[in-house]
Amino acid sequence: MVDPLKIAGREFPSRLLVGTGKFSSPKIMRASLEASEASLVTVALRRLDLSGRQTNLLDFIDRKHFSLLPNTSGARTAKEAVFLAKLAREAGLGNLLKLEVIPDPQYLLPDPIETLEAARLLVQDGFVVFPYLHADPVLAKRLADVGCPVVMPLGSPIGSNRGLKMREAIRIIIEQSFVPVIVDAGLGSPSHAAEAMELGADGVLVNTAIATAEDPVGMARAFRLGVEAGRTAYRAGLAAQKMTADASSPLIGVMSG
Amino acid sequence: MDKLLEKAMSLTLQRFGRVMQLYAPLYLSNECIDTCTYCGFSFANKIPRCTLTPPEVEEEAQFLVRQGFQHLLLVSGEHPSHVSPEYLEEVLTRLRPHWASLSIETAPFSENVYRRLIHCGLDGVVTYQETYDPEAYALYHVSGPKKNYRHRLEAIEEAAKAGVRQLGMGILLGLADWKKDAQALADHLSQMRKKYWQTEFSLSFPRLRPCASDFQPSHPVSDHELIQLVASMRVLFPDVGLVLSTREPPELRETLLAFGVTRMSAGSRTEPGGYTHPDETLNQFEIEDHRSPAEIAAMLVAKGYEVVWKDWEPSEGAYAPFRRTDHGQSPMFGAASPNKDIKP
Repeated sequence: MVDPLKIAGREFPSRLLVGTGKFSSPKIMRASLEASEASLVTVALRRLDLSGRQTNLLDFIDRKHFSLLPNTSGARTAKEAVFLAKLAREAGLGNLLKLEVIPDPQYLLPDPIETLEAARLLVQDGFVVFPYLHADPVLAKRLADVGCPVVMPLGSPIGSNRGLKMREAIRIIIEQSFVPVIVDAGLGSPSHAAEAMELGADGVLVNTAIATAEDPVGMARAFRLGVEAGRTAYRAGLAAQKMTADASSPLIGVMSG
Repeated sequence: MDKLLEKAMSLTLQRFGRVMQLYAPLYLSNECIDTCTYCGFSFANKIPRCTLTPPEVEEEAQFLVRQGFQHLLLVSGEHPSHVSPEYLEEVLTRLRPHWASLSIETAPFSENVYRRLIHCGLDGVVTYQETYDPEAYALYHVSGPKKNYRHRLEAIEEAAKAGVRQLGMGILLGLADWKKDAQALADHLSQMRKKYWQTEFSLSFPRLRPCASDFQPSHPVSDHELIQLVASMRVLFPDVGLVLSTREPPELRETLLAFGVTRMSAGSRTEPGGYTHPDETLNQFEIEDHRSPAEIAAMLVAKGYEVVWKDWEPSEGAYAPFRRTDHGQSPMFGAASPNKDIKP
């Protein structure tokens, strides 16, 4: 595997994560996932019939090709999130979990206090927690401290398609983080995704921009290319990066010479 | 108008996707102590009255479960002894294990009563102001507790203070100047949303329909105006759910889908016991869209929508009676061993 995304001892070939909400049909969703070549795919537990009595979204996600990342969207407190997580695990959905604790239905912003508490409890219970948070560098450190093997700061509010409005804060998170940083939410175009990768993000999660495009399959492919372009550029050493890297070295040669 | 419609379409798509949520109304009772001149259940109307017993409610609800519904709206007139808090507690407790979400559209209650109902599994409360024009309000609400304008206005706050997760607000089109009422509704919602920022709000704009009252609306709203209203509310509140009942005819319902509607009922009966024992003499109003849930779902799929029957997972924390101590008995998993029947 070339340049995989490494989280909690697992390797994922793709750095594009895709959400499965808002699609006009499960078939289009499935085709879009294939075009995206994503490794990790999120699913809202609130939408699933966990009893297995009815056909649902899960039937359209081939778990041989995609790793399932169930999310706790709808949970407004740590208690609700923990309950949902356990339901998911009991239903055989694995122990990877996208933690979303969102009390605000207007902008869908996450509650930092409940998120941190839920993360702490879920990590202790053996879950691999992918927490969704506002682009708050201090909170990102605290989530990693309680055992989250990755952090997922928002680029812009969910579904806003506004790109990296949180650019500065994300840059700080990337700089300070020991764990992978996946920019989640608000990415509206492949160029936004490329920009996040060029900034040094380890991955991006996209849902609305793909699901609500006129041609979701085409858009999924475009995002795959955008993520690859951005990551390749980052590894090749972007001009902006070089400026900060070189500033620290030349003086040493001069002083000691 | 075109620009408004375009904006409404793109906002709805962005926020909600190509998705439509389905729910069913279940009428518990047509007993009512209020005299509201526009309503089929008005105290003044000489119609046969009945209230379903809790087992009858379960029977009706099972019918709806078999049709695929997972979101239920329990509706009734206002009657302190027939549709008491205790009655609702029992109904909610019985229904809770079988439904993803339970809402009520009944008389207003106090914060304490709503707290008790939440404990039994209540997710949502729907309370329409009907009209925000106090003079018009006085004209239509002749007697009974609902006559009190202020009390009605404050009702939704009692539910909000109790922590009800979802609140439905609205106006009844035809009672007064719809533009003024729409503006007042928008103001009311804005204030409520800011104060109760953790609550999910939705709006509905039912239009007056023929009913037992033989009431003729003084300010009828045209189809064109209804479309304008839906689109305007979508643009004003991009994140708020907009609910459309079967009051409206099929073609209009389909037109309204694109401009902001996020939740629809299907195959509705507006009389108590109407699903298992239909009797139109008891209904609250006549519906226009008679298509079955399966037909509505097929229509939605043909139009490129994903039909969402389930959009909530009830949490153990909030509903003590729902607590599962033995997974073998759990209705959520429906079988002896949770993992055996789940497809990997």
